[in-house]
Amino acid sequence: MAAKEKRIKRGVSLYSFQNETFLGLMNLEDCIRTCAEMGAFGIEVIGEQSFWGWPEVGVEESAIADWHALMKKYKTTAVSHDFMLDYKRYKGRPMPFDEQVASVKRDIEFGARLGMKYIRALVSIDPAVLVAAAPYAEEKGLKILLEVHAPLHFDHPWIIRHAEAYEKSGSDALGFLPDMGMFVFKFPRVWKERFIRNGCPRHIADYIEKAYEDRVLSEYVLLNVREMGGEGPAMGMAETLRHNAAFEPKRMLDYMPRIHNIHGKFYEMTEDLEEYSIPYDEIVAVLKKGGYAGYICSEYEGNRWIEDAEEVRSVEQVRRQQEMLKRLIGEPDSKAMAA
Amino acid sequence: MFDNKMICEDTLENVVERGKAVGFSFLARLPYYRGLGLSMVEDIAVMVDGEAMPRESVRFSVRGRTWTLDQMETEYGDRWNFGEKAKITVLKAGGLKPGKHKIGLAERLRISYLPFVPTTKDLKELNVAA
Repeated sequence: MAAKEKRIKRGVSLYSFQNETFLGLMNLEDCIRTCAEMGAFGIEVIGEQSFWGWPEVGVEESAIADWHALMKKYKTTAVSHDFMLDYKRYKGRPMPFDEQVASVKRDIEFGARLGMKYIRALVSIDPAVLVAAAPYAEEKGLKILLEVHAPLHFDHPWIIRHAEAYEKSGSDALGFLPDMGMFVFKFPRVWKERFIRNGCPRHIADYIEKAYEDRVLSEYVLLNVREMGGEGPAMGMAETLRHNAAFEPKRMLDYMPRIHNIHGKFYEMTEDLEEYSIPYDEIVAVLKKGGYAGYICSEYEGNRWIEDAEEVRSVEQVRRQQEMLKRLIGEPDSKAMAA
Repeated sequence: MFDNKMICEDTLENVVERGKAVGFSFLARLPYYRGLGLSMVEDIAVMVDGEAMPRESVRFSVRGRTWTLDQMETEYGDRWNFGEKAKITVLKAGGLKPGKHKIGLAERLRISYLPFVPTTKDLKELNVAA
């Protein structure tokens, strides 16, 4: 049984179904049932996406009761409430420090009402705000996880500053939630095709794709694209190199004691059940080596790159990623277990 | 994201008060994977057949409440929810003539974690019934 406990678990962020929920094609129950049917029993939400009213208006108890009833009905586990902290709420002046802390506390409270293990903090939040809110998170029995997201990464001074602040605080209610979009090894095909549809000349798109694979510094690529006559969409495509890079999955190993949830970001799952641009085989191997036993929650973000040209099929994309994760994690076949 | 889903199809109509058209309205959504507090909606710019409508003529309504764009900037107690259809009204004497019109919409949102203030646009041809 101990070995079973140590296995990586599968979940889904309902962010993945944003196209369908935005259009009213799937409701909360449809999303949760879909995840359970894939054997992805961990559920992550962006609170204000799944619960209208949060945070400015609030959420009624009946909606919270419905959530808990769904968790019970589908045998799913509430993993994370992703909060936003709108510190630019006031035009022309940042939200004062104490008000930011109070805002995080309200999200801790909301996460606790939903029975979450974690709440997700965006990477731009001041570490001192999270440190100040940590005692309340301890009191409520959940952890605040900073989402380490491209263009930031585990060697960036901003993340190191967070890590140092967490260590100094002595609180184990502070941790990290790495987003696998830090590990884009190949330029995503769906991005390239979108920039071409937007007007980027194909030869420039080919150059940028090759430069990315050659790991050329983004500033050089931007200059070269400009000299090739690139403008508008071509510069936009080159700009993506400033915000994305092929960082090393093994850099997570130094932080394993504070990593408690993972965003399984992906842009395109092929029919062969592989992510076109992100090396999940290597990622899962690193996580296993680090003894990771939390959730990997699917986070499909291909929708925005294809919605202008084709029907978005979020459920099929998530299903493919879940199949891939099941294989990489090494889950026993559920039918074999039942037999 | 959702750029092409901002303006809702088949929702353009004239706003009639005491038998006279005083403007027009249509339904619109945020181009965003979450909602946003109203104070962070910096601008909702409307174009009709290439002509920009004055900012002062725009009204925003959700769930029975209405704001001018300036009033929205200091509204901290309400929000535009994820995927929620808001009514955008433009005060314009006489409204729009029956038939097809090219409606342009540009929403500028102040998003805390982004190092820029994005403006997202949609353009659709909608019909005003005779």
